[in-house]
Amino acid sequence: MTTTAAVRPDESGSLTTSELAAVRADFPLLERTVRGGRPLVYLDSAATSQKPQVVLDTEVDFYEERNAAVHRGAHQLAEEATEAFEQARAAVAAFVGADEGEIVWQPGATAAINVVAYAFSNATLGRGGEAAAPFRLAPGDEIVVTEAEHHANLVPWQELCARTGAVLRWIPVGDDGRLDLTDLGTIVTERTKVLAFGHVSNVTGAIAPVETLVAAARRVGALTVLDACQSVPNLPVSFHELGVDFAAFSGHKMLGPTGVGALYGRRELLEAMPPTLTGGSMVEVVTMESTTYAPPPQRFEAGTQMVAQAVGMGCAAQYLGELGMEGVLRHEQELAAEMLKIADIPGVRVIGPLDTADRLAVVSFVVDGVHAHDVGQVLDDKGIAVRVGHHCAQPLHRRFGVAATARASASVYTTVEEVAAFREALAGVRAFFGAE
Amino acid sequence: MSTLEQMYQQVILDHAKHPVGRGLVDAPADEGHLAGESHQVNPTCGDEVTLRVDVTPEGAVAGVSWEGQGCSISQASVSVMTSLVQGVPLSEVERLDGLFHDLMSSRGKGLDDDDAEDALGDATAFTGVSQYPARIKCALLGWAALKDSLARSGALATS
Repeated sequence: MTTTAAVRPDESGSLTTSELAAVRADFPLLERTVRGGRPLVYLDSAATSQKPQVVLDTEVDFYEERNAAVHRGAHQLAEEATEAFEQARAAVAAFVGADEGEIVWQPGATAAINVVAYAFSNATLGRGGEAAAPFRLAPGDEIVVTEAEHHANLVPWQELCARTGAVLRWIPVGDDGRLDLTDLGTIVTERTKVLAFGHVSNVTGAIAPVETLVAAARRVGALTVLDACQSVPNLPVSFHELGVDFAAFSGHKMLGPTGVGALYGRRELLEAMPPTLTGGSMVEVVTMESTTYAPPPQRFEAGTQMVAQAVGMGCAAQYLGELGMEGVLRHEQELAAEMLKIADIPGVRVIGPLDTADRLAVVSFVVDGVHAHDVGQVLDDKGIAVRVGHHCAQPLHRRFGVAATARASASVYTTVEEVAAFREALAGVRAFFGAE
Repeated sequence: MSTLEQMYQQVILDHAKHPVGRGLVDAPADEGHLAGESHQVNPTCGDEVTLRVDVTPEGAVAGVSWEGQGCSISQASVSVMTSLVQGVPLSEVERLDGLFHDLMSSRGKGLDDDDAEDALGDATAFTGVSQYPARIKCALLGWAALKDSLARSGALATS
């Protein structure tokens, strides 16, 4: 697997103009026009990122040269496919500061979080034996999330509570869009078994205080589950350094293909955890009466895997790694500062932190007198793609008294000029609708 | 006119700003009248409408009132529909509903039928919306609420 990304952040930190131009040249889709020949300004990377040519080529190359079932078969193709699959796992593991055996392929981050939630269910039903005791829940046990969560890191825990009698509690969000930790000590208690939270909010862009939250969970013996979907593509992440127990992230938001994501789990926890999906490829010995299961990560990879997509995700991790995540983060922060200038436009209100500290270039906002959908439509007419709606975070929107927001978000290929075009178009929205 | 201006016709912007029938009214307890209420949401964008309909014993719309929130297209569409169906027999309401759905499937081309477009009146202003697949469901939200509230009123079974 090779990548063409040879650019490096300059000494001042962020990407230089020529480096950014080289990055953009790697993304074929960015060349297209929209809505009658306008250049595309893609500010929806928090929903899904565009893909560099090398990722597309790697996926095609797998199908053209190596396609075979992995972990079975004695033929050469099977060997090569397995090698590509496992090398991709190693690349992803290295990229997120984990050991190879701690990365489980999943169809996406949502699936990854559900695997953990259902492991708690199954352990509570007695599956997994004594080893699975850390995953057992009893009525009165509590699961803690935050008010800022994406539905993918909220609904699976609500469902787990409904199945087990555990109680869901949450850390509130303050007016500034950051987690309000004032009552952390009374929310995370001896009753807490799981603390699940997002690393970076997909609405406010705020980076969560992971160290504080992990310390609070450890103090009471609770397991931590990190939704790392927005952080892994945009800042240096090491799960070992963060000290979380589990983490979930998707391939398609980090320049990789759709249909693939990963679950990180600390090795001893994955070894103790009962499986969720069962079937082929995840077993040791199967009789008509019962089955013993393979060690992780295979235990959690039932059925034929999304091999070409996993190989593509490995390539994306390598591409970002070669680009250098420190530089990517500085680029993000520079773009966040440019985006936050929209707060100066009359009638525009940003939902989330207005300062650039501990936040990424994900900026949600409302326009006084104009619904988010209408805002998005006028921007779209200028070729500017933003997300509108509740961004799968209805409780957070309710917290701020809005049903929907528009959201601009950046990735490695986003430029300051694009953000300026966005601001200019946004400044004209209220006039278009005759809002006073 | 740009496609954006074709979508946001002045009549749509006016209805969005000054909606007709907004504010739920208790159904009058007039003898022989049937009343129904429906709540419809568009979960992808959070558009919402609660609509009440009052039907005369003869099977015509006596009144529509509604409350809602959402984009200008969804709110204007409920408003235009409210004006359009006032006093109209239910069989005609059903025809208008069918015509409006046809219009929304026309990909910006309209109905190519003068009688049909005359019947739809101001609702033909939504022709431009049909060029934007993501917005069609916004325009249809109110019509779905009307159809459902009529079904709930029991008036469709008797008419």
